[in-house]
Parts: sequence; C-alpha cells; structure tokens
Amino acid sequence: MEQTLSDDHVYLSLAEGHEEDGEARWAFGTGFTDPLHGVDTAVPAGIDRAELAACCLALGDDALVSAQRLAQWCTLAPELEEELALANIGLDLLGQARLLYARAGQVDGTDRDEDAYAYFRDPAEFRNVRLAELPNGDFAFSIARLLILSAWRLAVFERLAGTADPVLAAVAAKGIKELTYHREYAADWVVRLGDGTEESHRRLQRGLDEVAPYLDELFADGPESGSLADPASLRDEVTAVLRQVAEAAGVELAEAAAPGSGRDGAHTEHLAPLLDELQGLARAHPEATW
Amino acid sequence: MVTVTLPPGSAALLAREIAGRVPDPELPMLTLADLGVLRDVEIGPDGASVTATLTPTYSGCPAMAEMRAGVDRSLREAGFADVHIRTQLDPPWTTDWITPDGRRKLADNGIAPPGPAPKPRSGPVPLVLSPTRASVPCPHCGNPDTEETSRFGATSCTAQRRCPACLEPFPHLKEI
Repeated sequence: MEQTLSDDHVYLSLAEGHEEDGEARWAFGTGFTDPLHGVDTAVPAGIDRAELAACCLALGDDALVSAQRLAQWCTLAPELEEELALANIGLDLLGQARLLYARAGQVDGTDRDEDAYAYFRDPAEFRNVRLAELPNGDFAFSIARLLILSAWRLAVFERLAGTADPVLAAVAAKGIKELTYHREYAADWVVRLGDGTEESHRRLQRGLDEVAPYLDELFADGPESGSLADPASLRDEVTAVLRQVAEAAGVELAEAAAPGSGRDGAHTEHLAPLLDELQGLARAHPEATW
Repeated sequence: MVTVTLPPGSAALLAREIAGRVPDPELPMLTLADLGVLRDVEIGPDGASVTATLTPTYSGCPAMAEMRAGVDRSLREAGFADVHIRTQLDPPWTTDWITPDGRRKLADNGIAPPGPAPKPRSGPVPLVLSPTRASVPCPHCGNPDTEETSRFGATSCTAQRRCPACLEPFPHLKEI
C-alpha cells in the first residue's frame, strides 16, 4: 500500500505544471516504474521464499542476458525484418526479466528493485545458463541457440504456470504465449536454413554443433527445479521438439558436454564483457534517471 | 477541477466511461476498452476512491506505464481525487478480448484484426511448422489470400503482411 502511494506521488510531482498542456505523460523516468506496480504481491504461506527467489533470479538472468544478446543484432541482422523480430523477442524477454527481478526482490528479504539485480551484480552473481551468454556468432548460430532456449524456456514455463506462487505462475502463463511465438519463429528459420543452400545448411549444422555442449546444463537440477511440476520429463519433451525441427531441416543434433553450470555462477569469459556494456552507464551514474 | 458527487452507481458508470476512453499509446485508434486491457473500474465503499484494473498485453510492452498514467490522469482530470491503478496479470491478455468495435476500427485503419486466439490446452504446446492461420483478409481490398512478409512488425503485437491483389503491405494484429 505504501509503495503504491509513493509511486503515485512521484508521478504527480514529476507531472506538476503539465496538467493542462497534456504533456504530463512525458514526465517519465526509468527510476520508478515498478513492473509489478499495482499487482497483489502477497506471498502465500508455506512457500520457501529463498527457493522462490532463486528460481525467479535464475530465470530472470536467462532472460536479461538473452535480451542483451538479441539486442546486439540491431544494425547487424541480414534483413530489416529479422532485426525487428530479434529485437521484439528480446523485448518480450526483457519484460519477463523485469517481472521476475521484481518478484525476487519482494521475496528474498532484500527489497531490491529490478535495477539492483540488472546493473549492480558482478558476473559471478549471475545465475543464467551459459548458452545464453555465448557471443552471437553468425545468424545461423543465433537461430540455433534461440530455438533451443525458447523450446526449453517454454517447457519450463508450462510447468511453472501451475506453481504455488501466484505471481510467478502468472508471469509464466503470460510468457507461454510469447515463447510459443519465439519458438515458431526460430523453428521456421532452422528449417529454412537447413533446407536452404549448401552454405546455409553448413552454417546451421555448425551452429547446432557449437551449442550442443551447453544442452546438459539446461536439464541439470537447478534453482528452478523445485518449483517445476515433473522436472524429470523436461529433457524428453524438449528433445522431442528439437528432433522434430532437426528432421524437417535435415540436420543432426550433436551430443557433447561442457562440464560446469552458469547456475552456480561459473560462467564463460563472455559474460563479463556483456555485463560491462549492459551495466556501464548505470554504474558510472548510479541512481540517475532520464 | 470539479469534484464528483454522484450516487455510487452513476459514479462507477462515469469512471468506467472515462477510463475506457483513454487511447492506446501505440494503436491510438483503439481505446483501452476496445483493446480489452481495461478489465474493471470500481468505486470504493467510501464512494469517492476509484480503482481501475488493467491487464498488460505483452510482458515487455513499453506502453504499459503510459496506459497506467493515462487512466490515472483522465480520472483525476474528471474530478476523481483518489485514483488507484491495479495490474492484473492472470488471466493473461488475449486478442479475443478486443471488442467488435475495436476490430472494426483496426480494419478501418488498415490493420488486419486478429482471428480467434489458439485455445488454451493442457500438456505441452505442439510445434506447428507451417502458418498457423490460413487466411488473413486484406484490410484494404478484402482479398482473402495475403502473404506474411515478417512474423514481427513495428510493435510487439503485430506481424507484417502483403496483399498480392492490391499490392499493399499491412500490419496484422497477431492472435495470442
């Protein structure tokens, strides 16, 4: 309740003097738009708060890091349409990250806001899977990764839609619609590249071979496992989807393993430079709003 | 500024009317009521406070903050001093909530309205490796067979299509 009131006051004071000219809507910074503003955020009894927070944080980190990689395609994608598509997918994921960070801050006892998680944690504190942080490579690599991450996240969110925490369940139910569309987009491109020219086929196969070592990590026990219904079936379900697409595309799914997990904070050398770019401005000017 | 002193029933109608008229920031031909984003408007037991409930379209929709502010501002300008905006995440927004009036306004403005949204199902979402909707009629000439040129358009909620008959490109509000 207090939070709602203070948000209202911030808005009113920023909008002051613009009530008549219709320009009050421009009185917006980034500092106070809590993504869970106005949502009933009570935590039901019997929920393990630490476990819930760890789950939200891990899935939020996957989304934020993926969104950053997708945004890096701006001005570089093969066609304007694909640039829009990748940026739009990133925007959906960024929205999911904001909601998940806000929820993490409410339940982990620190009362941190989304910016504290996104901008003021070091690489070792991030819990995203390593597949999300790998550099973009070529378009085929990025599409292979997008297919795997969206198929996996969709299956995870389907299980979370029935979880005990109503906020996480609602974020997941919403995300299912978005991720279904992301997965279709990536699957269409995998088929087009795999079944396209010799060169597009070669590049897609190379991309799939490069992501293969990072698949095991997706299905290992992690902070989200406790909140999932039937986590054991996750691997079979996702693999079946990937096989369906690979078959239509005429490519092979390789098997390989890279031991370790980003869920434990053990990242590749690629996460730190990604976060440098993401966090630089916020760290140079803490508390700044625009 | 006027102060509203109406019986609770008419105050609720007035508040609903005012909040429902706020335009969507990205599709300004639609109101929040047309879009189905405005879920509820209630007058509190004190007869003075008003609570409007909104459901966001997409998780990352940048227009959400402006929608909230627009409803808040419109209600205050109409004399409601104590305004609360609630966000309801569940059930998630679906294009099925766009009103018939909203669909007509979309088509009048060259945007193909959405068809029926995919039905919620239990169990894994099946992957369909072909177009999910067979026919999207052209909003300009009515030709029923148009082509998708991009699965994503200028906003989160649209795809890009082209009509082979009149050659016009047009956005299509995606079914979700």
